[in-house]
Amino acid sequence: MRKLSVFLGAAAMLAAEGTLPPPAAHTVDFSREVAPLFAKRCQGCHNAGQRTAGLRLDSREGLLEGGYSGAAIIPGKSAESTLIHMVAGTREGRVMPPAGAKLTPVEVGILRAWIDQGANWSAKATAESAAPRAEKPQHWAFVAPRRPEVPEVRRKEWVRNPVDAFILARLEGEGIAPSPEASRETLIRRATLDLTGLLPTPEETAAFLADTRPDAYERLVDGLLASPHYGEKWARHWLDLARYADSDGYEKDQVRPHAWRYRHWLIAALNRDMPFDRFTRETMAGDLLPEPTPDSRIATAFHRNTLTNREGGVDVFQFRFEQVLDRANTVGSVWLGLTFGCAQCHDHKYDPISQKEYYQLYAFFDRADEEYIDAPLPGEMGPHLAGLGSYQAKRRALLAEYNVAPLQAAWEERMQWARHNPGKELDLDFALNVLRVLEDSAYRMLDLGPEKRSARQNVAMTNHFVRYGKSVLKEKYDEAKLGDLQKKLQELETTLPKLSQAPVLMPNPDPVRTHLRLRGDYRELGIEVQPGTPAFLPPLPGEPTRLALGEWLVSPENPLTARVTVNRQWQEIFGRGLVRTSEDFGTQGERPSHPELLDWLAVEFRESGWSLKRLHRMLVLSAAYRQSSNARDDLRERDPANILLARQSRLRLPAEAIRDAALQASGLLDTRIGGPSVRPPQPEGVAALGYANSVKWEESQGPDRYRRGLYVHFQRTTPYPQLMTFDAPDANLTCSRRQRSNTPLQALNLLNDPVFFEAAQSLATQLLRSGGSTADRLALAYRLCLSREPSPREKDRLASYLEQQRRIFERDPEAARTVYAPEEAGVAPEEAATWVMAARALLNLDEFITRE
Amino acid sequence: MDWRHFQHIHTRRGFLQECAGGIGTIALAHLLSREGRTAERTDPMAPRAPHFAPKAKNVIFLFMEGAPSQLDLFDPKPGLKKWDGKPLPESMTKNLRLAFIKPTAAVMSSPRVFTRHGQSGMEISDYMPHLGTVADDVCFVRSMFTEAFNHHPGQLLLMSGSTQFGRPTVGSWVTYGLGSESADLPGFVVLSSGRGTSGGASNFANGFLPSSYQGVTFRSSGDPVLYVSSPPGVSRETQRANLDLLRDLNAERQAATGDLEIASRIASYELAFRMQAAAPELLDFSKESPLTLAMYGADKEPTRAFAVNCLLARRMVERGVRFVQLMHASWDDHTELNEKLKKNCDATDQPVAALIRDLKQRGLLDSTLVVWGGEFGRTPMVEIRKPGVAGNEGRDHHPLAFTMWLAGGGIQPGQVIGATDDIGFNIVEDKVHVHDLHATILHCLGFDHLKLTYRHQGRDFRLTDVAGNVVKKMLA
Repeated sequence: MRKLSVFLGAAAMLAAEGTLPPPAAHTVDFSREVAPLFAKRCQGCHNAGQRTAGLRLDSREGLLEGGYSGAAIIPGKSAESTLIHMVAGTREGRVMPPAGAKLTPVEVGILRAWIDQGANWSAKATAESAAPRAEKPQHWAFVAPRRPEVPEVRRKEWVRNPVDAFILARLEGEGIAPSPEASRETLIRRATLDLTGLLPTPEETAAFLADTRPDAYERLVDGLLASPHYGEKWARHWLDLARYADSDGYEKDQVRPHAWRYRHWLIAALNRDMPFDRFTRETMAGDLLPEPTPDSRIATAFHRNTLTNREGGVDVFQFRFEQVLDRANTVGSVWLGLTFGCAQCHDHKYDPISQKEYYQLYAFFDRADEEYIDAPLPGEMGPHLAGLGSYQAKRRALLAEYNVAPLQAAWEERMQWARHNPGKELDLDFALNVLRVLEDSAYRMLDLGPEKRSARQNVAMTNHFVRYGKSVLKEKYDEAKLGDLQKKLQELETTLPKLSQAPVLMPNPDPVRTHLRLRGDYRELGIEVQPGTPAFLPPLPGEPTRLALGEWLVSPENPLTARVTVNRQWQEIFGRGLVRTSEDFGTQGERPSHPELLDWLAVEFRESGWSLKRLHRMLVLSAAYRQSSNARDDLRERDPANILLARQSRLRLPAEAIRDAALQASGLLDTRIGGPSVRPPQPEGVAALGYANSVKWEESQGPDRYRRGLYVHFQRTTPYPQLMTFDAPDANLTCSRRQRSNTPLQALNLLNDPVFFEAAQSLATQLLRSGGSTADRLALAYRLCLSREPSPREKDRLASYLEQQRRIFERDPEAARTVYAPEEAGVAPEEAATWVMAARALLNLDEFITRE
Repeated sequence: MDWRHFQHIHTRRGFLQECAGGIGTIALAHLLSREGRTAERTDPMAPRAPHFAPKAKNVIFLFMEGAPSQLDLFDPKPGLKKWDGKPLPESMTKNLRLAFIKPTAAVMSSPRVFTRHGQSGMEISDYMPHLGTVADDVCFVRSMFTEAFNHHPGQLLLMSGSTQFGRPTVGSWVTYGLGSESADLPGFVVLSSGRGTSGGASNFANGFLPSSYQGVTFRSSGDPVLYVSSPPGVSRETQRANLDLLRDLNAERQAATGDLEIASRIASYELAFRMQAAAPELLDFSKESPLTLAMYGADKEPTRAFAVNCLLARRMVERGVRFVQLMHASWDDHTELNEKLKKNCDATDQPVAALIRDLKQRGLLDSTLVVWGGEFGRTPMVEIRKPGVAGNEGRDHHPLAFTMWLAGGGIQPGQVIGATDDIGFNIVEDKVHVHDLHATILHCLGFDHLKLTYRHQGRDFRLTDVAGNVVKKMLA
């Protein structure tokens, strides 16, 4: 990782190049002088089985083929052979072998002479060392799942579907009985939260409790699966995986005004239960389908959520390298459950992924580039088309009037010159940097020239020139009055109804040659690699394109995708994956608690058409799911983490669901689905922690303030505090499972954040207006917040609290009026404020922010 | 049956009987010990012992965001005069990659005047007269280097030991290792002045460590800790009554479900309540003497903002906060170096020196490690964005050699570690990588940096990644 070592040692290196020990003067005896050196000092790592750095040093072919940095020797040219420089330690201060004594100058001289004399290798020595790689038993997750038999159990009546048979078989083996079914109040709250991320309304709860049909619960679940809020809930989980955010990240952290289109697409795709195989194909290569649509292309925006570094001094090549790395790492993690990123710098230490194979996965995405497309929303196309003709005519006329074309051509020529003559003219260097940082693919646009650029690119280039050309053209810019033109163009822009844009991938228009990067350093090119998949997994048929990669991920032979996917669904529904490390199915990940169940689900998921809704339905209809989550004394020691599932788990809600629940219970929630991100109120000063106070947080107005948490604008460097306090991921890397922490900052957030206090006030308003007695109001509050009736003891405790709090406010009526400002007809301010405080307590209950 | 009676009957552990008396947390502790749960398991901030006897207990990390110019502050280079206005020889700049300027840019000598201070004779620029007065308490490292030459990656490396996202920052590692001595303030606190930093929240992120180890920002306006103030109209009495209700209802649910997590939730609310009292007390400077306030410069501009943060840092350390990260942005002087550097020095020099002196006179410096520095240094070569405009000159990012300083617990003061060549371009003596700095900080706190690990994605991670050596020369 010491990327600057190259520079640090630059001067020293030049000197060292000339200091190779001289070649031995005699004719070298291979088997006596050379072979033992290789055997003793090299072949421990560079053999047929363990080709460290892709290199084997046990045959002439191996030496000629070389490793990740290319051929190890050039027969006849020892001074140019990598092998010699490595053993002499004359490159970048690195020396081989890495352990033990260095080769002596005499030994290096012998190797040099051997190479100079033709590098002959006797066949006998080759045969001896070419032992085949010992076959290790395959790691469980790397063998394709086959559908296991559903086990026989004794308590057959408990089993509602095959999931239960697997769970119960294990429990019966341990001699543990499952827990009784949870109360119906708990069931509806649990299923509604798990499937839609929302609370059941009191009416929904009442209807469910009154439904005496035997399939009442099935009907409930089917209704929830059909709810448009289902897509919102499951989109949030997928957005974690997609490291979705509304800003670039890194220093400048510019807002991404079109990022939400991915979320919008995602919610719709999940709501209509797009089969996961198709979902995968479109995500990988929606642009490469035989007939791509705007929708299928937006699926590729998954890969556009990588960070963008627009720091002035950033190296475009480094930055693109890191983006492509992240795409490869994320696909490896999300679909395959593998820690691919470990192989960026060296062969994976634990899983059979060589560094070369890592860059082969990388190569798929190296062949892709970024672009924005018109992705009109309903209602946009008509007005746009109606205005387009006159807009274009006016723009053409303006550009002609100000004679832009020749001026722009002159400017572009200067930019090209600056690119190829860096450091000669500071003004130009700076202008070029502005162009490069602000306009995506700036260099390519320069190379293409106005004829070959797309219409969109030409607009971008001309606009950039008109806006920033002055620093290069100087007086000429003023003479041509381009400043005026800039204003007129801006005005003209406002006259044309715009089409919404979406970020997508497209095939890289440049020919790409992907190289392995030695030690993961983007400047250190190793051997060239082609797109491909790791050898330990099934082969990739046909041309290695992103489309083929998508097909391959969901092919029946692929041992990982289905398992990894069903495991994550299990995790979201039961709180813990069958493989707890849902991001790592490699040899360092944890083993599945129920391997047969995992395989059965994986095969079932694949064979029944990759339907997520069907899978979710099966899980929440199981008897295992319906169990009570109450702790059991007999399990406290035996199964504290609830791995065996002899009960359900109480799970603190995710950050967004906590916000949603408070807004919903208090009647504030705006349930509109989809659309751009919103900025609810956040304290002043939060955004100021971003770079140079450049982050602006303009509060949304009206109902947008009360949208669900998944629509809250996510600014990477200054994220919305409530989300971070409750363990939302920071969107810099893919996140497969969230933490569920419990901190005092969470308490402060729920108690004192004006958003939550407003919810308490609003809940109090509802209660006050509901009429009825204190007991009626308390019952309504419990139904709204907890989907159940208060117990007599809870009612007593609340009643005594109401009295106590009322007395406090009676002593300080000013405080009461501050806590609850509006005048409620027939309600004393002290009474109203007292109810606000009671409501606040309910919205802070552990049970309120927990799915039981 | 009244409430008290109910509680007595209906809870298995007799816990609520005590709760109703208003001593819920003590009851809770009893409950937890009876449940066999150690303090560590329930409170991630419970104090813990390090690997060996530490020299320092607390850290104040003064993060000078944007990269201050070492050549104009701490590393005098008369040799630059010879090169002034001329480009460096190609042999030195071959393969050099800088953020903005080209390797062929001309060298700029420093107009600063350096004088020797203290018995140690430390050379410090005229822009930092106050630091000179505590020169004998400080250890300068002129041979720092890093790999990153852009701000955000550089800050990630300095703060988390990696240019990649997702690693915990120094303060997170330290509180993960040591917990905190403070029962009613967060263990890892972040204070900021100036403008926002390039790294934003990633400069104090917990990475893959539990969220409890995330830096908590103390804010300069509004609530010092987000949402620490009760809403308007909610008095302390009202808040207490509300929390009593909440605690009892939560305890009721715990009795019904048997879920011990609820006890942790109750404890979190009690800590939050104590924090509500502790935060205003922390911010109340009325008991600080006018002399102290004047020493920091807390009573005047341009030092006020930074001085308040320095004083807060001392007060936090006194109250047991483990790691205080004080950020000042920005020192990123690509242009108008002379003017902007002076501004930052004028705002920070006096408070920093006062902090060292104040910690020392209170006997806290021995147990508090103070670290000062930015994510990299600045070039000996000039950066000019507006040719011909007087005073426009600045310096670009320079990762190959820069200066940081340390003081206090475990550090041998009054010395200079390392040296750079005649123009401050390369290090010629005692190179100290950011990983080495991290290893040394952890050493002062009693940790073997190789052993302070956290298992994530199947392997043990450390602050120092796969590198880092303790810089023995720095140690007392």
